[in-house]
Amino acid sequence: MGHYHDNPAAIRALLRSDAVHRDVYLDPEIFALEMQRLWARTWIYVGHASQVPNIGDYYATTLGAEPVVMVRQEDGRVRVLRNRCAHKGAKLVNTPAGNLGRFFRCPYHAWSYHLDGSIAAIPKRDGYTHTRFNETKAAAGMAAVHTAGHRGFIFARLSDDGPTFDGYFGAALSSIDYMVDRSPVGKLQVAGGVLRYLHDSNWKMFVENLNDTMHPMAAHASSAGTAKQLWAGKPADAPKPMAIEQLVPFAESYDFFEKMGVRVLPNGHSWTGVNFSIHSSYAAVPEYEQAMIAAYGEERAKDILGTVRHNTVYYPSLTVKGAIQTIRVVRPLAPDRTLIESFSFRPVGAPDVFLRRNVTYNRLINSPLSVVGHDDQHCYRLMQEGLAACGNEWVSLHRDFHEDELGQRDQTVGGTSEIAMRNQFRAWSMFMTQGAEKERR
Amino acid sequence: MTDADIARFLYREARLLDERRWDEWFALFSEDGLYWVPLARGQTDRETHTSLACEDRLLLRLRIERLKRGPPSQQPPSFCQHVLQVPEIAATPDGWRTHMPFCYAEVRGDAMLWLIGTAEHDLVRVDDAPRIRLKRINLLNCDAALPSIQLFI
Repeated sequence: MGHYHDNPAAIRALLRSDAVHRDVYLDPEIFALEMQRLWARTWIYVGHASQVPNIGDYYATTLGAEPVVMVRQEDGRVRVLRNRCAHKGAKLVNTPAGNLGRFFRCPYHAWSYHLDGSIAAIPKRDGYTHTRFNETKAAAGMAAVHTAGHRGFIFARLSDDGPTFDGYFGAALSSIDYMVDRSPVGKLQVAGGVLRYLHDSNWKMFVENLNDTMHPMAAHASSAGTAKQLWAGKPADAPKPMAIEQLVPFAESYDFFEKMGVRVLPNGHSWTGVNFSIHSSYAAVPEYEQAMIAAYGEERAKDILGTVRHNTVYYPSLTVKGAIQTIRVVRPLAPDRTLIESFSFRPVGAPDVFLRRNVTYNRLINSPLSVVGHDDQHCYRLMQEGLAACGNEWVSLHRDFHEDELGQRDQTVGGTSEIAMRNQFRAWSMFMTQGAEKERR
Repeated sequence: MTDADIARFLYREARLLDERRWDEWFALFSEDGLYWVPLARGQTDRETHTSLACEDRLLLRLRIERLKRGPPSQQPPSFCQHVLQVPEIAATPDGWRTHMPFCYAEVRGDAMLWLIGTAEHDLVRVDDAPRIRLKRINLLNCDAALPSIQLFI
C-alpha cells in the first residue's frame, strides 16, 4: 500500500479550490487509484453502435486498465463484456473489430460463449462435475459490465457502485444530441478510419486542454498563424480550401475565445463555445440547410445549425466536437502515457461534403503527423517533465476563480476562465475519495 | 531519361529531406503534386477516409514554413535519415511509377523513432525533368498507435 490508498484526506489535500498538486500527474499510485476508482465508477465511452451493426459484430477496447468487448446481441442490443476467458483469463478477441458469428471461442482450450457472455460449451465438461467450479464467478462466463447509451454512443461503468447514466451526464448529453441532429435523419455512422496518437504525457493534460482557450493563439501560432499568412492577400471571393477554413480560426484573439463562453456541469463535464466557436464560419451548404428545415422545421433547424460548440468534455474519457462530428477518446496507459483515438462520423442523409470536412479536420488536427497536434503534445510533455521541479509543487488554476463558483451546479462564464479544469478536478476528488471510503467499509 | 536517372532523382529527393533543404524538395513537386501517407493498408479513398497526412502544395508549404519558424515542438529540432533500397521503376504514359522500400529514422533530443515502409512515386515529365505528382508512403505500421512524426518521411 502506498501513501494514498487508505488515505482519502491525503487525496483531498491534492486539490485546492484554485490549484492542484503535481502528484495528480506524476504519481504512479495515484494513476492506479484513478483506474480503480474514477475510471471504474464513472461512465466511460466504449464505442458507437454503428461500429457493430450486425449480430455478432464486436469492437474491442480498454476501459481504464481493463480489456472489454462491445458486442451486438441476438436481440439487437449492444452489451459490453469483459474480454477474458472464464477459464484461465486469455483475451477472447484480439483484433479491434470483427464478427464472431454466434459464439466467442477461446483459442487455448476451446471454451465457447454465447454473445451475451454465458458459457456455451466446455470440452469434456464432466471434468467439472464434482468440483466447486459451478459456485464460482467463472460459471457465469464472461462478466458483463453496466452498459448504457445515448443515441448510439455506448458507455460502460465497470464498477457496480456509481451514479446512473442519466444522473452522471445530465445536461451534457445535449452536445451529443446537437451532433446527431446535424443529420437530417438523426443518425450518425462512424466513418473515415481512426487516428491513433500516442502521447507521452498524463491523460488529464489532454482532457484539460480541450477546454483551455488560452493556448491556441500561443501554441498554435506556428500552424494557424502560418496558414493565415499563406492565405493573406488572396481575393475575398477565392474559393477557400477546407484546410484554410479549418486551421486559420485557431489563431483567433483572446477576445474571441473569451466571448465564446464556457459552461460547466456536475461530474466534470463542460463545453466551450457556448455562443459560437472556431467552427462557426464554415461555408454554408444551401441544399443541406433546406433538407434540415424540411426534417426539423425552421426553428429547430436554426437551433441545431446555430449551435457550434467548440469541445464538450464527457469526463473523463470522451471529448466531442458536434459541429464537425469528430470525437477524441482518451485511453490512459501509464502516468506519462496516453493513447488518443480520434473518430469521425458520417451524418446520414447529409451531402458527402460533411464527411469530407470531418475527415479533413480529423487528419489536420488529430493525426500523429498533425502540425497542430505536435505543439499540443510537446507542451504536455514539457509539463510532464517540468513538474519534477521542486520548490513549487502546485499547478495554478487561478484564472477567473471566484469563491462563489464553489457549490454551484451549472454555470456559464467567460470562455478564457480555467473553471472547466477546476470543475474536472472537483469531480476527480469526489470519485477518488468516495472510492476510498467504499473500499474501507 | 534512363532508369539510373530516375533512381538518382529519388535518392536526391530523400537527401534533400535529410539535409532539411525543404524549399529545394518542394520544388520537385508538380503543380498538382501530393504527399500522401495513408492510414489504412491498400487505401484508395483519400476524400472520405482519413489519412495520416494528405498534403497538396498549399499544405506542404504550410508545413515547411512552420518548420522554418522553429515552432514549440521543434525545440530541440528533429533530424531524419532515409535509408533506401534500389527502386523498381516502370514507365507510365507521361512518366514513371516507382516502388522503393525504405527505413526512416527521426530523432529529436534523446529520442529516436524508426519507421519502415515503401515509397511509391508517380513521376511526371515536366520540361524534360521528373516531377513528383504523388509521393505515397505506405508505412508498415500505418494503423498502429504512433507518436509525433514531425518531418517528411
